[in-house]
This record gives sequence, structure tokens and C-alpha cells, in this order.
Amino acid sequence: MSQDDSVRMKTAIRIENFNLYYDQFRALSDVNLEICERRVTAVIGPSGCGKSTLLRAINRMNDLIEKVRVEGQIFVDEAPVYGDHVDLVALRRKVGMVFQRPNPFPLSIFENVAFGLRLHFHSSPAERMERVQKSLEEVGLWEELRDRLGGFALNLSGEQQQRLCIARAIAVRPDIILMDEPCSALDPVATQRIEELIRFLKKDYTIVIVTHNMSQAARVSDETAYFYLGKLIEMGATQKIFTAPSKKETEDYITGKFG
Amino acid sequence: MIRLNPKMTEKIVFFLLLVATLVIVIPVMLITVMILTNGAGTLSWEFLTQPPRLGMRAGGIFPAIVGTVYLVFGTLCFALPVGILAAVYLSEYARDNWLTRLIDIAIINLAGVPSVVYGLFGLGLFVSFLNFGTSIIAGSLTLTIMSLPVIITASREALNSIPQSFREASLALGATRWQTVRRVVLPNALPGIMTGTILALSRAAGETAPILFTVAAFYLPSLPTSIFDQCMALPYHLYVISTQVPNIKPGIQYGTALVLISMVLVMNVVAVLIRTHFRKRKLW
Repeated sequence: MSQDDSVRMKTAIRIENFNLYYDQFRALSDVNLEICERRVTAVIGPSGCGKSTLLRAINRMNDLIEKVRVEGQIFVDEAPVYGDHVDLVALRRKVGMVFQRPNPFPLSIFENVAFGLRLHFHSSPAERMERVQKSLEEVGLWEELRDRLGGFALNLSGEQQQRLCIARAIAVRPDIILMDEPCSALDPVATQRIEELIRFLKKDYTIVIVTHNMSQAARVSDETAYFYLGKLIEMGATQKIFTAPSKKETEDYITGKFG
Repeated sequence: MIRLNPKMTEKIVFFLLLVATLVIVIPVMLITVMILTNGAGTLSWEFLTQPPRLGMRAGGIFPAIVGTVYLVFGTLCFALPVGILAAVYLSEYARDNWLTRLIDIAIINLAGVPSVVYGLFGLGLFVSFLNFGTSIIAGSLTLTIMSLPVIITASREALNSIPQSFREASLALGATRWQTVRRVVLPNALPGIMTGTILALSRAAGETAPILFTVAAFYLPSLPTSIFDQCMALPYHLYVISTQVPNIKPGIQYGTALVLISMVLVMNVVAVLIRTHFRKRKLW
């Protein structure tokens, strides 16, 4: 991707002077970055560098933790994420999330995908079925599961469960999907297939993926942001970050000198 | 000082542990056997369906059975909703602050209050101050307050056993906190809540002191017709025929005790069945 391309790209998420504290501990320091629409952006860095915290700051999942304090602002589609009048429901409908461990609800396959639909749309059973089918098709589960949509979701394999979680997230038609190490609980073959799915999904969604697996970042992402100790060290086109990083710290991490 | 060799010590320790365990089992066996052998002969259709006659020296214990069923049901109606809502507040909503800690201390202390104090409290609050009189509603509310700590504690444990990842998944889909509780957390916690509630109710069914001043009647010729009526109840009836009625056949007392512990036992078995059924199905 050339510099000109990124200028033409629309910004989906803009993070401005963002700081996040867990009580006294500063987990993110003065983060400034922009994430482009319909691209895969990887966030990499050693454990504890704040990459998951950053991801969870975007859809405000950090609100669940007591004694979290933020400064600065995040904009999703130019609308502020932090503030008294922010509609959390609308924000999270727009920004879906996929977690580290597949976490389908202990319900049927169908009800898992329909969960968000029931929350946000007053659709008829037929419309709901159509939406569920479409979501399962998008994640490549429809053919194998079409005859057992009533089956218990927790009986699926790990990979199927993670695909189901992605289907559950995209069923409500978000603009952005946040993925927090989505393959870390999967075997290498399943990981490869989920990566294919991520590359496929970027035509419709902006994807931000946190990963500790550098080769995964190199394989799936268009842009990469490298974090260390809560600071954004470097961000740029993935190819450039992995071949000719401009910062020494990035190069040390990429080449495996530490981390 | 005699030095025992380790093998000998092992034997002594094993013996002591076994004796300590038997101390628990023996009374249970004795109570069951004594009540069964002395009471089973009294059990009859008439005993279960007729009111007492001849100053309780004959007839049955039907009104007392009905009264206890009413009291358990009344307690269920009040205690279950309040218990669940309080547990949901404490587990899902409350932050860790002085108020939450105060509530925690209150619950622990409530669990330690002697049952006769609940009886007097119920007399003061429900019977006199709220003017319910000695009535089923006053007795049920008194038993409710006594059962709440157990129900709340069991419900909180059930809620806390639901993985956090379910809540996160639901919230991340744009569900509100309440939608998350109602659609994800509560349905999965319900078996645990039910088990705890039934155990608390079976305890309430056998209590005498809390109903003594609030609802229980010595003898009533007819069944209660409203929740503001008094009723007879098995534990109190048992107390009455054991202490206040001279020259009564012991079979009646044992028969009454047998009916009471059978009711409690059935409730406990139901609770255990619910628990094992859902534990087998549990998949996370």
C-alpha cells in the first residue's frame, strides 16, 4: 500500500491523546492513531503492552473493570466514544467483538447468531432466519451446520465455535469488528482457516486484530501498530513494518531479539 | 512418653476420623429408625386427611399438613423474588463500596439470628405494627426473612459460577446489563438458585419458633380461608401434642414427626435431583 492509498482511505477509528489508567497504573500513554475503513489493522507487542486494553477501549468493554480512568478521546465514525451522552448500545452495535476463547452462549447454534438480532431488530421469524443464514454463510459455517441449527453450540469444535462467534458478531451488521487474539485457543490448521476468513471479511468490515503472533499479523493485516509499555511505538503498512521498520525498538521485536 | 511407630499412629488416626464421621451418621439413623418404627403404624388415610378429634388424642393431622404447605408456599412467593433480585443486585450491579460491604455483613448476621428472635420480630412487625394479626401472611413473611440469607447466598454463588465470558459476549453485542442478566446469566443460574431455595424452604417448613407467635394455632376446627387467617402447622402441632396433651398415644406424636420429616426429605431430594441433573448437563 502506498502513501497515496492511505490518504484516500476513510478513517473508521481515530484515537486522540488517549490515556488509560487502572487505578494508579498507566496502561496506555498518549496514544494517537487512525484506523482505516475496510482494512485489517493488527496490533502487536509483548504481553502487557496494552494492546488488549486498547482494543477494549474502543467498544468500552473496560467499563466493566472497576477503577478504570481514561483521558483523551476515541472517535468511531467521527462520533466520540467517551462522554456522558454516549449511547453504549449503539456503539457496541456498530463495533462488534470476538474474544480470545470462543465464547458461544449455552444455547442452540441458531439462537447464538440470533441473539443480537433479538436485541436490536423487531424482525419476523422468516427475516431472522434469513439473517442467521447469511451470517453463517459469511463465516463459512452454513453448509456444514444447515441441518443442525438447533444443535447445542458448545458441542461444536473450537474452530466452529470461533466462527460462530464471528457470525454472532456480524449478524447485527457492525461496521467494525474487534478481535482479541481470536486464534490463540485454536490449532494451526484452524488458525490458518480463521485467517482466511479475516482476509475475506475485510471487504465489508473494518477489522482490528490484537495478536501476539507476529507471523499472523504479517499474514492477515494491511497495517500494523506496534505497542510497547502502553505506548504506540510505530504504525504503518504491514509490509513496511515487517521489512523496513523505522524504529529500532520495532526492529528488535520483529526480529525476535526480545518479546 | 511412649513413641508410637507411624503405622500405629496411622491406625489410630484412621479410627478417630471414622468415629467422628459415625457420630454424624448415627443420630440420623436413630432418628429415622425410631420415628419409622413408632410412627409408621399410625399412618393411615384417615390420619392424613382428617382433623384431630377428642382433644387431639384421635383423628388426624390434616389441618396441620395443609397449614405447613400454605406456609411453605407463602414463603416461596415472597422469598424467591426478593432473594433473586437482591442476589442479582449484589452480583451483577453493586460495586465494591461501603454499602455493599454493609449489606454483606447484614446478610451474614441475619443468618446467625436465633429463630425465636425472628418469631418475636415477626410478632412486633407483621402481627402488631403492620396489623396483619396472627395470620398466614405474617408467618410466611417471618419465615421469608429467616430464609432470605440462605437464598441470597446460594443465588449469588449460582450467579458467580456463570463465566464472565458470557456476560462480555452479551454486552459486546450491545445488550444492556439487564438484558444480559435476563437472557444469559439468570437462565443458566436458575438450577443453582432453585436448589438453594428449596433447601432453605425445607428448613423453614420445620421451624417452630418463627411461627409460634405469628401464625400457628393450637387447634382450629376448620381450614383457613384467607391469608389473614391463622392456621395449624406440623412443627407446632408436634410441639403441642408432645407437651400440652396428657395421655396421648405416642403413635400420634411419632406419626406427626414422620409426616414432617418426610415432607422435608422430599424437598431435599428434589433439590439434589435438580442439582445432579443440571450438573450432568453443564458443559462449560
